[in-house]
Amino acid sequence: MTTSTTTHTIDLTVNGIPRQVTVEPRTLLADTLRTQLRLTGTHLGCEHGVCGACTVLVDGEPARSCLLFTVSLVGRSVETVESLEEPGGRLNPLQQSFQDHHGLQCGFCTPGILMSLTALLRDEPHPDEGRVRDQVQGHICRCTGYQQLVDAALAVSDEDAEVAP
Amino acid sequence: MIGQSTKRREDLRLLRGRGQYVDDLDLPGVASMAVVRSTQPHARILGIDTAEAAAAPGVVGVFTAADLAEINQPWPVHLSNAALRPNEQRTLPVDKVRYVGELVAVVVAETRYQAEDACELVAVDYEPLPGSGHLSVSRDLPVPIHEDLGDNVAAHAVQTTGDVDAALAGAPRVLRETFSINRGGGHSMEGRAVAARYDRALGQFLVWDATQVPHQARALMAELYGVPQDRVRVIAPPDVGGGFGPKAGKYPEEILVPWLAKLLDRPVKFVEDRYEHFVSCTQEHLQLHRVEVAYDDDGMLLGLRDVFEHDTGAYASSLIVPLIAGTTVPGPYRIPALHIEFTSWFTNKVPSSAVRGAGRPQGVFVMERVMDRIADDLGLDPAEVRARNLIPADAFPYPVGLTFRDGSPLTYDSGNYPGLLEKGMAEIDYAGQRERQAQRRREGALRGIGVSVAVEGVGLGPFEGATVRMESTGRVTVVLGAPPQGQGFETTYAQICADALGVDQDTVDVVTGDTGTIAYGVGTFASRVMATAGPATAAGAREVRDKLFRSVAAVLEASPEDLEIRDGAVAVRGTDVAMPLAQAARMSNVGAPGVTMPAGTVAGLTATAYFNPASAGYSSSVQICVVEVDAETGEVEIVDWVVGHDCGTVINPLLVEGQVLGGVAHGLSNALYEESLYTDEGVPVTTSFLDYPIPSARELPRIRLYDQQTPSPLNPLGVKGAGEAGTLGVPAVIVSAVEDALRPHGVRIDTCPLSPGLLGDLISDAQTDAQNEARTEARTDTAATAGI
Ligand code: FES
Ligand code: FES
Repeated sequence: MTTSTTTHTIDLTVNGIPRQVTVEPRTLLADTLRTQLRLTGTHLGCEHGVCGACTVLVDGEPARSCLLFTVSLVGRSVETVESLEEPGGRLNPLQQSFQDHHGLQCGFCTPGILMSLTALLRDEPHPDEGRVRDQVQGHICRCTGYQQLVDAALAVSDEDAEVAP
Repeated sequence: MIGQSTKRREDLRLLRGRGQYVDDLDLPGVASMAVVRSTQPHARILGIDTAEAAAAPGVVGVFTAADLAEINQPWPVHLSNAALRPNEQRTLPVDKVRYVGELVAVVVAETRYQAEDACELVAVDYEPLPGSGHLSVSRDLPVPIHEDLGDNVAAHAVQTTGDVDAALAGAPRVLRETFSINRGGGHSMEGRAVAARYDRALGQFLVWDATQVPHQARALMAELYGVPQDRVRVIAPPDVGGGFGPKAGKYPEEILVPWLAKLLDRPVKFVEDRYEHFVSCTQEHLQLHRVEVAYDDDGMLLGLRDVFEHDTGAYASSLIVPLIAGTTVPGPYRIPALHIEFTSWFTNKVPSSAVRGAGRPQGVFVMERVMDRIADDLGLDPAEVRARNLIPADAFPYPVGLTFRDGSPLTYDSGNYPGLLEKGMAEIDYAGQRERQAQRRREGALRGIGVSVAVEGVGLGPFEGATVRMESTGRVTVVLGAPPQGQGFETTYAQICADALGVDQDTVDVVTGDTGTIAYGVGTFASRVMATAGPATAAGAREVRDKLFRSVAAVLEASPEDLEIRDGAVAVRGTDVAMPLAQAARMSNVGAPGVTMPAGTVAGLTATAYFNPASAGYSSSVQICVVEVDAETGEVEIVDWVVGHDCGTVINPLLVEGQVLGGVAHGLSNALYEESLYTDEGVPVTTSFLDYPIPSARELPRIRLYDQQTPSPLNPLGVKGAGEAGTLGVPAVIVSAVEDALRPHGVRIDTCPLSPGLLGDLISDAQTDAQNEARTEARTDTAATAGI
């Protein structure tokens, strides 16, 4: 049977706001966010769990929303890129650093990378280059070669962070 | 302003998740199109049964060639070339499929989930034919892929200059080598995407298309629909998630979505997923080069013959890639006699077309392998052999003697290749690196140093245009035909316009890629936009400035020469007499209805300029890379890497650095990681990122950039192109470095990409050979002592 018609109504928190969504068992979190909640900042680059473009935070941990069924998120808290900006739409320090260092080009991979780095910087405010590269290694960026986005993260980490020659 | 590392304004929306990519557009009532794709490399279509799919939940319609005959005529040839044999392509194949992934039928449904479900219910009855997954198989395929052609040759072309036969016959030294290089897909992180609605009031198709070439897409749609071009408006949204070449192609889905939107009277969209990108988005395939090189005892080149085969996939709409590959071979070197010849083969693979580099990485790879082999043969340093053969800085314009893919003579406009190489050698401390290499070798490490020098045809014609307008708000609008896919056009063209017009760049807005806003355009590809749209923008801005000054001068009773733009107003220099820009614009653009304009004022503060360069320009790059190879695992570790690039005048250094770094990453991925693999019959075996790795931040090393700016004489800004620059020298420099590292093992590398598996095999083969040799020698020695 390829179609499922049963639906479930579930409650979850998205970017701090309680939301109720009605979904099929097979509906992926990425699709719920993008289609039902119109949070289109979360992107789909592969839909098979490799590229990291769809990364959001679930209860504070990076997770691939293309691999998560929405029904599994009852009562959980989801954060997406739309939650990062500061009041008045100003960029937060990580976002600002991405702009300063030209850490993005087409911007398609960027929301996922920002979410992974957000999780890292919350746990470890001063990661070194190795930690930053490890944290974003689950993301594919075809545009930048990563160097400028790694520099962006390092600048937030610590102005004196060691940059390997 | 020009030359300033202005931060990108695009980032403010992209970083906040507020980009508007095609799949993000809010189109009420939109239905999703999903595609039934061929599962066969080569087969006749005997029948398609859509009944079950049509009855599936949510399905709005199922369409095959039989249902859409009205728009299913053969596509016009994209770029005709006498050497290219006509091969018919239609939106929907009528009688046979020619590659796995070819579009066979489509389903439109309420949701994408439902559309994909229903695709599985479409039953296609195939009669399989033998298929070809390699150009060598195509030679003898019993049923040709395009049967009317009689065989699988797509094109054959030869270009020569000088007498290569004589050079080869008379040269002190001749090398004969065979090199193969396979590249892969574009893999923009956003796949292809197109959405459309039909506006009945306007009688117009409104199409949002993540394309690099909106005006070309409009032309094809209008032709196939049989409507005038202004009945189709194609908008490449400002946010497109990367292009890299494949999005400059034309695809059946682009034709179907707008047409179905009209037929179904509701918006329709198609968004390619990654599997579809692997099997249905154009990519580059194998090239096999057989090279003969004549040179003297000092390593000076006397002549070169390169006869190569190119895999073009199932259809060929142009010869772009092999033409560029062949004409890139001579590169930065003086070669008195050249013979470049290629045969392009149809195979049962997704059609081949340009991917960042578009044949250039292949050409550079071939020439740079040759330079390394000459160095090896003569016991010279590889950098020295290159330096000896470089075209001197005072030899420009330099005619190579061939014709480039733009149809104009392959004549390098400007450059300083020796300067760029010397700078790179100083940057990496080449002599010091050779000493450290010797030291590391003594310690048992396999360390190598590679060098590559490349010349890159950029800024291709025919033209690009820009409209510049002073708005009644006092802000300025620049309208470009060419769309960005991450390059930052909104920022760089504001810089160019502000510079020429004399206003603050923050008051300039840039609109791109909408056929409804500028009549003509060609598109974003071949590192061409800066050298065409850049000068057009500057010319438009200067014309608006001229009109503005004449107009304001008339009212202020001043001379235009005495005016300047200051604080958002046109002011008389040295006085506080001024007219705000907004007022000047209202005067010229709105006026008072029915009232004559003041004498001397100009109506319409707007100008549209097109720029058509006399020929392509030529950027250049040097890469020097130090690697260490792990003999056990075949892993390549990058120790240091400098990349120097000369793209003429630089508008925004920060953004050019980004282009070069991203290009290098793509090149490294081509050199060591990604490779599209097919069975001999043409079944693709790499169809997800699980079996087709693209390097992450863990694999990508830190790259050191340096630059040199040799302005181009071909346009008033002196600009060239930078988009592909980083990529083209990378396969060459990595293989050069790895071969150098493995020199103690006597390993020769003639092929790229170099997977760890392949490298491991090369090393163990070399070790086995060495052991066998040692054993043979030992036996001979024993035999000798035994007196045999
Ligand atoms: S889209 Fe989820 S990992 Fe690629
Ligand atoms: S910025 Fe384009 S994929 Fe990362």
